[in-house]
Amino acid sequence: MIELYLFLVFMIVAAIIATEIKDLLAAVISLGAVGFSVAIMFILVQAPDLAIVQIVVEVLTIVIFVAVIFRTTHIDETIGKKLAGSHIFSIVTFSFFALLFIIAIINALHEIPAFGNATMRVASEYIRLGLPGAGGANLVADVILDFRALDTLGEATVLFTSVIGVAALIRSVGRTK
Amino acid sequence: MIIFLSCIILFLIGLYAIVTKRNLIKIVIGFALIEYAINLLFALIGFRSGMLAPIITKVDMPHKFVDPIPQALVLTAIVIALGTTALMLTVVLRIYNRYKTFDIAEIRKLKG
Repeated sequence: MIELYLFLVFMIVAAIIATEIKDLLAAVISLGAVGFSVAIMFILVQAPDLAIVQIVVEVLTIVIFVAVIFRTTHIDETIGKKLAGSHIFSIVTFSFFALLFIIAIINALHEIPAFGNATMRVASEYIRLGLPGAGGANLVADVILDFRALDTLGEATVLFTSVIGVAALIRSVGRTK
Repeated sequence: MIIFLSCIILFLIGLYAIVTKRNLIKIVIGFALIEYAINLLFALIGFRSGMLAPIITKVDMPHKFVDPIPQALVLTAIVIALGTTALMLTVVLRIYNRYKTFDIAEIRKLKG
């Protein structure tokens, strides 16, 4: 699967550009490149439902980002400035903990099955019961809407809570001091 | 193994943006990068080489599917990521309207 590695390299480069570039609009476009690469990788690992949702969500994310930048400024003034002491401290601390994290994750990755050999302990039961038990041909839809419908209820709760938060924050008319 | 580690590197780039960047939009971009990395890692863990997408197209077809459970979990997580990103950007917009800057050091100075 050489194309997966190529897309991952592309995503890492685009992510570094997104965090380091001075123009915020360009950063958002780089973020969109990462997101659409994620959608293509979902297709390559046989997850078409995820690819559809990822494309829709990615377009919405970029539209929201561009709307915010359009109303404010698109220059990141903090890029060219001299590094303050606290900034250098945070970079050093981050490097230290990132190194610890990578060592821990290399040890942890020995525990999970290698790429391409997923163990299907729970999933084999869902696949067996999917069509007769839940009645849907798409097993992902069976899992989210029948076997684990409570998770989806929680998801809807979080989504509507965030919508209420956005609506409360964005309204321009309100109590003035 | 290498492919999982690449996802972790993408995660760490996002974490770097959150921890060390001083621009609020860059911090939100870091959160979005972390969400992509985690979603991708889950979808990659559930992959089985040579298997099909988990959709039953014939009644008595052999069950050679990739793992549907990580896909269901990620489907939930993608939508929640959109909600949190929209909420964060709204807060950032309100902060800009009040302080006229994205620099968190300037915002800290202007407080009170």
